[in-house]
Amino acid sequence: MNRIAILSTAILLTIAGQVSAADKGASVTRGRTLFMTSGCYHCHGTQGQGSGSATRLTPKPMPAEGIAQFIRSSGTRMPAYSADVLNDRDVADIAAYLASVLAAKSPDAIPALKDLKPTL
Amino acid sequence: MKRTKSSATVNRRNFLSNVVVAGAAATVPVAVAEAAEPATGAAAERGSPMPPSAAQRAAEFDRKPEERAHTAQTYFASDFMVDVMKSLDIPFVFSNPGSSFRAIHESIVNYGRNKMPEFITCMHEESSAAMANGYYKASGKTAAIMCHGTVGLQHAAMGLYNAWCDRVPIMTMLGNTLDLTQRESGNAWRHSAQDPVGLVRDFVKWDDQPTTLQGFAESMVHGYKIANTPPMEPVAISMDTELQETEFDRAALRIPKYSPTILPQGEAGALRETARLLVAAERPVIIADRLVRTAAGHAALLQLAELVNAPVIDQGSRQNFPTTHYLCQTTQGRRLIAQADLVIGFEVTDFWGVVNLLGRNGKPATPTVKPGTKLITIGVNDLYMKSNYQDFQRYPAVDLSIAADGEATLPALIEAVRSALSNERKAALAARIEPFRKAHAQAYEESRQAAVFGWDASPVSTSRMCMDLWQAIKNEDWALVSVGASETFVSSWPHRLWNFDKHYQYLGYGAGGGVGYGLPAAVGAALANKALGRFSVNIQCDGDFMYANGALWTAAHHRIPLLTVMHNNRGYGAETMLVQGIANKRNRGIDTPKIGTEINDPAIDYAKLAQGMGVWSAGPITDPAQLASALKRAVEVVKRGEPALVDVVTQTR
Repeated sequence: MNRIAILSTAILLTIAGQVSAADKGASVTRGRTLFMTSGCYHCHGTQGQGSGSATRLTPKPMPAEGIAQFIRSSGTRMPAYSADVLNDRDVADIAAYLASVLAAKSPDAIPALKDLKPTL
Repeated sequence: MKRTKSSATVNRRNFLSNVVVAGAAATVPVAVAEAAEPATGAAAERGSPMPPSAAQRAAEFDRKPEERAHTAQTYFASDFMVDVMKSLDIPFVFSNPGSSFRAIHESIVNYGRNKMPEFITCMHEESSAAMANGYYKASGKTAAIMCHGTVGLQHAAMGLYNAWCDRVPIMTMLGNTLDLTQRESGNAWRHSAQDPVGLVRDFVKWDDQPTTLQGFAESMVHGYKIANTPPMEPVAISMDTELQETEFDRAALRIPKYSPTILPQGEAGALRETARLLVAAERPVIIADRLVRTAAGHAALLQLAELVNAPVIDQGSRQNFPTTHYLCQTTQGRRLIAQADLVIGFEVTDFWGVVNLLGRNGKPATPTVKPGTKLITIGVNDLYMKSNYQDFQRYPAVDLSIAADGEATLPALIEAVRSALSNERKAALAARIEPFRKAHAQAYEESRQAAVFGWDASPVSTSRMCMDLWQAIKNEDWALVSVGASETFVSSWPHRLWNFDKHYQYLGYGAGGGVGYGLPAAVGAALANKALGRFSVNIQCDGDFMYANGALWTAAHHRIPLLTVMHNNRGYGAETMLVQGIANKRNRGIDTPKIGTEINDPAIDYAKLAQGMGVWSAGPITDPAQLASALKRAVEVVKRGEPALVDVVTQTR
């Protein structure tokens, strides 16, 4: 296979991945399971709420394409997940799960957080 | 003057005597009859193997005829040892019993009437050391631990290392039989060593093995002084078992007067220069780590910061600065350090790490400060004196290094700043207030907004756990006495949203990173807070709990009020993340890092475990809606003077 063919294949695969990530048929249920079994929740929390160790992902996560790109090469402390261990379908399902997480309440609607102020 | 001394001949005589005593059990006085009881039918009913023989009992209990002849007025070496401890106001000795220090144990509870020191019964020597650590940080008073010089000290070693890294003084008292002719065969040999302290010498500041009683008194007082001189650290004294049991004439013995060391303050000229730089700096930053011990120190740091309106970054080994104050800019630390023209570190163990970023993958380290930023350290790290264990951290190249106790130096530095501060400069520095107020309020509001995410999740989010806890305790005179190895394990929610405005409200973490610190340190601190009328709270990681959960029994037994809230994420959370990272890098097995890191299957029922040790408990709580009411009930239990535990099944962080 020449270099042009390799490049073309790579582009096609990339596009396919992006299409997959944005797939409307992605499974929220499967995505949630993967989120729990692939180590995501340890740092990001079971609802993608983030922690002192990792970014908050929900609600309103970045677009599925962005999630896919981040998982493949985060550029942060989070080590990348290659397609060998988390394929594009898996990534799309995880993105679907994150998109399904509902918006949080306002802190003013939560008694334990309402009127919370440091006493300066 | 020594009156009697045991010998091998005497011991053999005791042995024979006890054979006779056991044989005549039916006719001897009550005390002896009770001692012989296990050899009767009771043991057989329990399906026990052969009851101990008279010889075995003699070997174990080593009853000596002359001891039975002593009157209550007879003075023993171990009585004198207790008098030495009393002279030093050692309030508690944290210990489990051991044959090599049985005599001083007996003297503490009988001769000393179990007061100053009081014997606190522990379930493990690591717990003893951690309790003494927590006790000191809450009370400012140095306590003692006792253990076997060999097997006990091996258990205690980790707790001592945590204390060493935390700059906490502990009097470590070891039992050891020096004279080989006095050792019964078997464990007495295994429990003896030529140099017992050798095991921990790398992380105790000083040690001794006195061979005379007068020598013991001097070593204890000297060791106490050394332990309480900055850098404050544990010391160890080996106590000869035979010496403890010997009868003495009290009049011939002297306890040296304890002369506490005046804490070293920074040199006047260096402080004037520090003040000049601090007043002139446009973007100064103060870093505080293991600095504040007292309310006065807490107030002094606040005073210094307000004089020049310099932001303070609290690294969290102590509660150095009120989180409620606008100059508390800990969350902005990285940005402020990058912009700083002056960085002053007070008792910062790793100052290099403040002003440098470690290079990864072969890349060199990069500075976190601008070129030309002036760097000053004030603290006792320059007085550090060990090398094997690398707690001293990387060498920091600074402009001014002041070897002194940070807290003791603050008043003189404040005076030097006042002298250097003109009215015009005061007015200029006041302009910093409003931006810092805004930044502080913004950081707080961002945390409040962030706390809502996952609020109703199950497992319970750490923000929910911490904020429901805050609501439950905020009206008490509370102190967060432990969060185990790091507050980051609960995403630092307490320091992000609770109001820490007193020096005792946070005591830092297990400084050596040794797991098993959290619960016993909390129990030790709660013991101190009991006397001070403070409400103690412990956020307890599950992995850490399982190392030393016997400390709960100690809390129940001694009626130590302590609210423990389990951060039960059913795993070693930090390590799960680390192994996951390696698995990803290596492109394999991303669903397997839970092997060896998960604490599940079966899930541990911490509430039942607590109940079994006599501690009120609730949980496991998986529904966050049930948490607030459980915490409320637990607070009432603790206010009655008892320990309580609420098991919360949580998110990882």
